[in-house]
Amino acid sequence: MNLSLLILIPLLTAIAILFCKGLKQVRVVALLGAVIQLFAAFFLLYAYSNERAAGNTSQMLFQDAYIWFKALKIDYHVGVDGISIAMILLTSFVVLAGILVSWRQERMSKEFFFLLILLSLGAYGFFISLDLFMLFFFLEIAVIPKFLLIGIWGSGKKEYSAMKLALMLMGGSALVFVGLLGLYFNSTFGGTTTFDLLQIAQMHIPVEVQKIFFPFIFIGFGIFGALFPFHTWVPDGHSSAPTAASMFLAGISMKLGGYGCLRVATYLMPEAAHYYSPVIIVLATIAIIYGAFATMMQKDLKYINAYSSVSHCGFVLLGIGMLTQTSINGAVMQMVSHGLMTALFFAAIGMIYDRTHTRMTVQLGGLLKIMPFISTVFVLAGLCSLGLPGLSGFVAEATVFMGSWQNADTLYRVATILSCASIVVTAVYILRAVGQAIMGPVNNTQYLSLPDAAWNEKIAATILVIGIVVIGIAPFLLSDLITPSTQTIIEHTFNNISFK
Amino acid sequence: MSEIPLTHILFVSTALFFIGMYGLFTRRNMITMLMSIELILNSVNINFVAFNKYLYSDQLNGVFFTIFIIAIAAAEAAVGIAIIINLYRGHHSIDVEDAGEMKY
Amino acid sequence: MNYASYITWIPMLPMASFVLVGLFGRKYFKNLAGVIGTIVLLAITVLSFITVYQYFFVDGKVNDVYQSIIPEQYSWLQFSPNLSIDIGIVLDPISVMMLLIVSFVSLMVHVFSLSYMKGEERFSTYYAFLSLFTFSMLGLVVSTNIFQIYIFWELVGISSYLLIGFYYDRPSAVAASKKAFIVTRFADLGFLIGILILAFNAGTLDFHTLIERLTNTQSSQFISITTSSFLGISMLTWALILVFVGGAGKSAMFPLQVWLPDAMEGPTPVSALIHAATMVVAGVYLVARLFPLYSLDAIVLNIVSYVGAISALLAAIIACTQTDIKRVLAYSTISQIGYMMFALGVSRYGGEQGLGYMASMFHLFTHAFFKSLLFLCAGAIIHLVHSNEMKDMGGLKKLMPVTHVVFLIACLAIAGIPPFSGFFSKEEILTAAYNSNKFIYAMGVFTSMLTAFYMFRLYFRIFHNKDSHVEADHSEGSLSMKIPLVILAICTLASGFVPFGSFVTSDGISLTTHVDIVFSILPVTLSVAAILFAAKLYYMQNELPGRIASSLGTFYHAAYKKFYIDEVYLFITKKIIFNLVGKPAAWIDRHIVDGFMNLLASITAKISEMIKGLQTGKVQNYALYFFGGIVGLAVLFIYLWK
Repeated sequence: MNLSLLILIPLLTAIAILFCKGLKQVRVVALLGAVIQLFAAFFLLYAYSNERAAGNTSQMLFQDAYIWFKALKIDYHVGVDGISIAMILLTSFVVLAGILVSWRQERMSKEFFFLLILLSLGAYGFFISLDLFMLFFFLEIAVIPKFLLIGIWGSGKKEYSAMKLALMLMGGSALVFVGLLGLYFNSTFGGTTTFDLLQIAQMHIPVEVQKIFFPFIFIGFGIFGALFPFHTWVPDGHSSAPTAASMFLAGISMKLGGYGCLRVATYLMPEAAHYYSPVIIVLATIAIIYGAFATMMQKDLKYINAYSSVSHCGFVLLGIGMLTQTSINGAVMQMVSHGLMTALFFAAIGMIYDRTHTRMTVQLGGLLKIMPFISTVFVLAGLCSLGLPGLSGFVAEATVFMGSWQNADTLYRVATILSCASIVVTAVYILRAVGQAIMGPVNNTQYLSLPDAAWNEKIAATILVIGIVVIGIAPFLLSDLITPSTQTIIEHTFNNISFK
Repeated sequence: MSEIPLTHILFVSTALFFIGMYGLFTRRNMITMLMSIELILNSVNINFVAFNKYLYSDQLNGVFFTIFIIAIAAAEAAVGIAIIINLYRGHHSIDVEDAGEMKY
Repeated sequence: MNYASYITWIPMLPMASFVLVGLFGRKYFKNLAGVIGTIVLLAITVLSFITVYQYFFVDGKVNDVYQSIIPEQYSWLQFSPNLSIDIGIVLDPISVMMLLIVSFVSLMVHVFSLSYMKGEERFSTYYAFLSLFTFSMLGLVVSTNIFQIYIFWELVGISSYLLIGFYYDRPSAVAASKKAFIVTRFADLGFLIGILILAFNAGTLDFHTLIERLTNTQSSQFISITTSSFLGISMLTWALILVFVGGAGKSAMFPLQVWLPDAMEGPTPVSALIHAATMVVAGVYLVARLFPLYSLDAIVLNIVSYVGAISALLAAIIACTQTDIKRVLAYSTISQIGYMMFALGVSRYGGEQGLGYMASMFHLFTHAFFKSLLFLCAGAIIHLVHSNEMKDMGGLKKLMPVTHVVFLIACLAIAGIPPFSGFFSKEEILTAAYNSNKFIYAMGVFTSMLTAFYMFRLYFRIFHNKDSHVEADHSEGSLSMKIPLVILAICTLASGFVPFGSFVTSDGISLTTHVDIVFSILPVTLSVAAILFAAKLYYMQNELPGRIASSLGTFYHAAYKKFYIDEVYLFITKKIIFNLVGKPAAWIDRHIVDGFMNLLASITAKISEMIKGLQTGKVQNYALYFFGGIVGLAVLFIYLWK
């Protein structure tokens, strides 16, 4: 399969949107693009499994390379492995659901959908890039639309939040860029310096250099992935963003961070990853526990989900920092699971907000009586978040725990136990939110006449629920997909270790 | 008949340059500023022609450049005056101080 | 017949019914939901009986030892090459017994609910949740893998949460469901870490392999888990204690019992199914499942027995003072599970030493019948009286003849009066305790006396005491409520005569049970005395109970207030966790971490504010700077740069 299709489809959709008139045309085109993209993603999965089943063991499949900027050895180089495919599938699910949720986006609909599609374009490009410069290029494409989406269509302190988010993410990408240049100038493949990910992986970047540039890249991507203490854009950004943008933000762009930490930082600089692993673990554990406790005190549904995202994304970084095959598997699963789950959560919150115009748990109450579908979706997302078996969250967290425990050091053990403890806190805040907003008596009788979900919202939620349930019930599907790829990464890591 | 020495010509062009410079710095009227810029450009033209004549009389590079500059100056004047007219429409003034929207 | 041909249906049918009724029931066949659920349960009950027959009487035994058979197993999630979660079905004496109990009691509850829940707005949802629970519980008991048990453990937890919070518009129900889930979640944390330790040290999650490796003292896994230690206690002990914490949470053992009485907010049939007969004994089942490991470690067994005995005694004392009939039953459940727990604690592995294990399972078996019967009776009573409080009852004997008889049978059974089933199982437990630990035995006997007292206090106050003033708007209940009561009463009468020792023992080799008349004299006499005392106090309304209560003074009050354990929990969570951890975390995040980011931003803004004056916006100024720059450079290059 030609991977460039994954970039071309959103690009064409975005261009087509520019020529549309009115919400009706725009949304149909956007939906069409998203559906085609979903099919493309599934076809990719199918083609990939076929190749693997046929015994193709090369690390990246469907590679395609063109020279982009010859003098600096910047190439257009794409390819996928299991991890990228998992991410691409996640993105296509979230994009489709996001577009359906914004079905009635009356205000400046053309620009809105254009930016959504542009964001997804950035994400797809990012996940298939094998050239570091190209990776960075798509990372930037995925950042800019967020600023506009929040700044124009947001609510609350939207200018402040948009600015904060854009500045922090830009800061992150600046750090990443410094790190990438560091890698570039220390890579000499066949006599010339290179941006090519696979080529850099082949050679041995000097340990001293790794130690310098690893923090740049890891923190840079970490900002995207809500690394403590650079997570503060998460609550503000998510809570101000319009529903679809929150979904994209939490469901897709936070995953860019985790993916980057894994694919670029850890994979290319294994020694440094080992060297800094205790630091990562400590920060991730702080994020998990402290994010969970901070969530407990929130009263706004979006803040609850945003802070819980900090806590959940901590598991991604924890899994990466633990550097065992199982924990990295868990990290990838957590990315997928969290992406779907949090998108579902934001979708449900958005639907509630659209109707009641409040997100305060104390003002809501008894929603189960008024809007059973939305409430059920909300509860499902909550249960996934608190790690109920049968839904994806459990699978991911169990894998992270299992992988983390394989590190026998005391620090790692303590970190694992503390992270495990977060499941209790998670249960507390989820059930508090559910208890206050969904269950209980109806506080405001005006709400009694509010409608339940419309067809587009039902489809959007159903798509995400299917994703969560399928992973939850048949985790082997996901784990079989990603295991060979994470294995490559972890083997590469251990083969390169000189001081283990 | 003795030739006019180069220094005389350079003196004229330098004077012209600084007159233009002075006009550019002190005048607030945009038309006058544009005229001052023309003066500066023309002083440069004189230099080009003079140096061409006195130093490399077998070549025509300086003259070419002069013609280029005249052409560019014409274009620049056209664009400049277009801007000025637009500003005048907006502000009813061609005082350079009055157009302060883009400040800070 | 091959097990594989039908065994998968046992958990899968309720799952299918959950999906079907849950997704479409509300809209399309609201009133059929109950029938669908009941038919499914009937089917799996039949299948369970077939399984029981086939396992115990046809092919379970090889060389006089019951084998564990795994008819189905699939790899569900591969962690690493040798560590995976397998989902499967194991058949061994305890799982087959549990299959029977779960499906049978669940069937009774399904039938009972047909009329009990009739007319509820969320009738179909109720049946969907019941199916979900049945599925989860069946999955739990047939687990082949310790992680599988954890998975279903959580699922029964969530079904319990959903069912306790069934009346979601009552704040008390919401609070109770939340409490139940969070308290058990807290205990599950221990369970999870215990699993991690076991998995890491034994290198497997499979029960069979796990037990095989760790009971072999020569194996490298056994050596690694016993030699590595933390705080001077070996990892094996830690793992077993932590797993037991999980079990204690689910089984509402002291000090994690607080959730169970509150869980009575759920519909009464649910209490009968989940909070009496099946889910709450999961902790006992877990310890029994890992019993070969527990029997390796005397410290842990001691902990198990003392926790069990203390819970039994404490809950019995509290039960004597409660006035809500469901709460009395809830505390009696805690007390009886305490019995099962300490019976396991005093047991050892294999042979005569394993009497406690057998007794514990036996009690679990008999308890399931009489306790669900008691709860269903309570349901019938509440259905009639519309109140849970004892003071609203009394003299119901005439109004509810059937309920009266079966309730009396159940009370006699739980009080341990021969020949009712509770007598046999309790006798075995006390014998096992007597042989092992006299102190535990004394606590057991005393608790047994208290049990007889509070159960008959309940009985007399409901059915005698004073003349009924209940204006019954309907009769005792429809047939679908009475039939389960009668069937369960028959089971209560019969189940004691099952030669249990020849089916379920710690090592699969049958054990002859024996009722020693001399030994039985003491507990039975005490129970009878307690019943007579209860009759004196409560048969007719009189002053005596009040006087006794006031003479006990603070002790009575403390017991009435459940020894203030709830208050301690509330203090820890509301005051300490929320105020000292949660609030500071949220505050620090907003003001310090985020404040630092904002500080950086505002410093940047300040600096740019300071230097922005350079940008006057005047073209001439810029030209002047430019010209000045050129002059400066000219000077520099011509004169200074030599």
